[in-house]
Amino acid sequence: MSLQIQNISKYYGANLVLDAVSLDIEPGEFIALLGPSGSGKTTLLRTIAGLQFAEGGTLSFDGEDITGLDARERRFGMVFQNYALFEHMSVAQNVAFGLKMRERSARPSAKDISRRVVELLDMAQIGHLAERFPSQLSGGQRQRVALTRALAIEPRLLLLDEPFSALDTRVRKDLRFSLRSLQQKVGVGAILVTHDQEEAFELADRIAVMADGKIEQFDTPANLIKKPSSPFVAEFLEGAGGYNQSGAGI
Amino acid sequence: MTHLDAAPPRTFLSPFRLKRHVMPGFSLTLGTSLLFVCLIILLPLSGLFWQMSQLGLADYWRIISSERTLASFRVTISAAAFATLFNAVFGLLLAYVLVRYKFPGKRLLDALVDLPFALPTAVAGIALVALYDKNGWMGTLLSAVGLKVAYTWWGIVLAMMFTSVPFGVRTVQPVLESLKPDAEEAARTLGARDWQVFRHIVFPQVWPSFITGASLAFARSLGEFGAVIFIAGNMPFKTEIASLLIMIRLEEYDYPAASAIAGTILLIALFVLVAANIAQSRATRHLHKGSS
Amino acid sequence: MTAPSSTPPITNPQVLALLRQKARKRAVLIVVALLFAALVMALPVIAIFARAFQEGFEVYSANITTPDTLHAIWLTVLTALIVLPINLIYGIAVSWAIVHYRFPGRRALQIIIELPFSISPIVAGLCYLLIYGATGVVGSWLDGWDIQLMFNLFGIVLVSLFVTCPFVARELIPLMEISGQDQEEAALTLGATGWQTFRHVTLPKIKWALLYGAILANARVIGEFGAVSVVSGNIRGETMTLPLQVQLLYNDYNATGAFAAATVLTVIAVITLVLRSTIEARHPHEHA
Repeated sequence: MSLQIQNISKYYGANLVLDAVSLDIEPGEFIALLGPSGSGKTTLLRTIAGLQFAEGGTLSFDGEDITGLDARERRFGMVFQNYALFEHMSVAQNVAFGLKMRERSARPSAKDISRRVVELLDMAQIGHLAERFPSQLSGGQRQRVALTRALAIEPRLLLLDEPFSALDTRVRKDLRFSLRSLQQKVGVGAILVTHDQEEAFELADRIAVMADGKIEQFDTPANLIKKPSSPFVAEFLEGAGGYNQSGAGI
Repeated sequence: MTHLDAAPPRTFLSPFRLKRHVMPGFSLTLGTSLLFVCLIILLPLSGLFWQMSQLGLADYWRIISSERTLASFRVTISAAAFATLFNAVFGLLLAYVLVRYKFPGKRLLDALVDLPFALPTAVAGIALVALYDKNGWMGTLLSAVGLKVAYTWWGIVLAMMFTSVPFGVRTVQPVLESLKPDAEEAARTLGARDWQVFRHIVFPQVWPSFITGASLAFARSLGEFGAVIFIAGNMPFKTEIASLLIMIRLEEYDYPAASAIAGTILLIALFVLVAANIAQSRATRHLHKGSS
Repeated sequence: MTAPSSTPPITNPQVLALLRQKARKRAVLIVVALLFAALVMALPVIAIFARAFQEGFEVYSANITTPDTLHAIWLTVLTALIVLPINLIYGIAVSWAIVHYRFPGRRALQIIIELPFSISPIVAGLCYLLIYGATGVVGSWLDGWDIQLMFNLFGIVLVSLFVTCPFVARELIPLMEISGQDQEEAALTLGATGWQTFRHVTLPKIKWALLYGAILANARVIGEFGAVSVVSGNIRGETMTLPLQVQLLYNDYNATGAFAAATVLTVIAVITLVLRSTIEARHPHEHA
């Protein structure tokens, strides 16, 4: 289950926000798109999700060209920055949503759906919240619901758009760990958009450092520190090295 | 501190004055308001209830349960319900299109939505007849396929529809505008088709305002007079609306009967509005509860 | 090569096909909406003018200038001229009282001032007959003084006030609540009188909302039919407002005359809509 991004270019009006971006992602790999705001990382993620379409370039998944595939047919689970939970549905209904939307022929029975939802909620350790509504949850709980909802569709790829930015620092560390362990348990590849180096270094197998719509460098955290390809990368990652050397990596 | 209150002596309002107000003009503005509200709103309304209370329950029942009155209620309520249903659907469509899409003529469409509020109902009435009677543009077209609108129950529905279009659009529109796109995007990444996104994500969020709009449109249709009487045909038992029956009773100087019918229509309208209000606050239970 | 001045086109055929499919769905919805609006709302307006000018401009102008129709126009304008200032004064007063003070019954007052909007015109007219008519409580008392309120201009004005009184207040109250009273308090501490404060501080803030409410109220006064027809007495050439004249002419089988009179009302309605959307576009945050 690998994703090939080839020469993706995207404009907003006359502004080039993605400049011929190419990236190859291996099956099961955890990738971080790291960069300052305005570097194009969220646009790239939304293009991968099929929520936006690029003017140039192609996307392919496992050899299949998905450039013009509708978002709903990509089966990429996405966690949004503010989680985008369905406020009028309970937690269980949120998680069941993707299964209920399937074509009649592919849709599990109501009983199977609710059994599956229970399993998923238990796996994410939020089984006790099943009947709550999003407005009754804490930020950390909301994030877990959003992640569980995305995993419920058995995604081919997990897309995470700044999933920790709405949380306070204490909750972040816990959730980082549980996100990573859930992703490994499911065995699905993931792309994380973040502007937080610590987050990227702790979670990702490989990091793509982005600036001005281009990928400056794409490498493992260790190599990024050892051999920054440009002064920008070196400067941007200043201070991250100490963290890496402390051995908190994966 | 200087005393800045330049209002006239506040003798009769003194019980209302619990503390000194910072802003001047308390007695003047409240006095003016109360005088107006009493003379223009409350006193006339009390007249209706006084007249109804003069009427014994038996008399009230005799008037209301007469064949002709019942028939007028049936005609009015069924036409209003149908017009409301139709408007709710098209109102939602119009609001959706106005909020979500850019297209030539959008501003004109937006302005046109308010036309039924600005156009006098009598003008709307004769315009609809001109269009839908057997010589009118639409009338000739429809009679070719065997449909008759003018001077039938359908004409009443049409007139009620025209006058209440804005309610359906204008109550839903601001809510649609305030929806953030991310829930819909999330639904799409989870595999929902366009209509599923609408049905499961957009519609539930618009639902409270949808009920409000529909109830306002229904209340308005129940009481509509000017637009309807021209196109209705006004045949007792068949196409006679309740408002017209009130008018007929008034012209016969039968004030008790007019009041009984009017009071009943008023109560139905208020009941619908209150019921919609309750339904609406139930529907928003989960949407507005703060996260704690 | 220079940088492109706008977005280059998408060339991927797969993406184009998907976007085209989405555009088609969008187009269907837009067309249905436009068709509905054209059929239900635009066509009637066109029909009015078509019928009014059907027999040529001469017949039209002859119809407009009959004494009865001219009198109806005059009566309608007169009513609007009397009702408007009263509505403005009441609207400002009640908004001021509700926004700036807390007093027992404030909540009830807020509900009462909106009440006229949920009462149908015929019922409103009936209420006025019952109280202010010759047999009504107030009417019979006034009758002793030889004052008659119904079936004349008085009645038309009173019932028009009832029907339109919520318009100004419903624009002003939300606006005044949002803008608070800091500036007014500042003016007061600088020695302005209550009236000066209102004239120089409050009025400039609320003028667009005031105008907006006045335009809507005015359109309703001019077009009111049901309520006025109950209390006017329908005396030919005397108590017929323009909408009533439209009905009278129509029932007299003078359809062309009725449509001619209707064009005047339609033009007023269109002007109302244009003014309204102009205010909305130019001063979007200065009215509710």
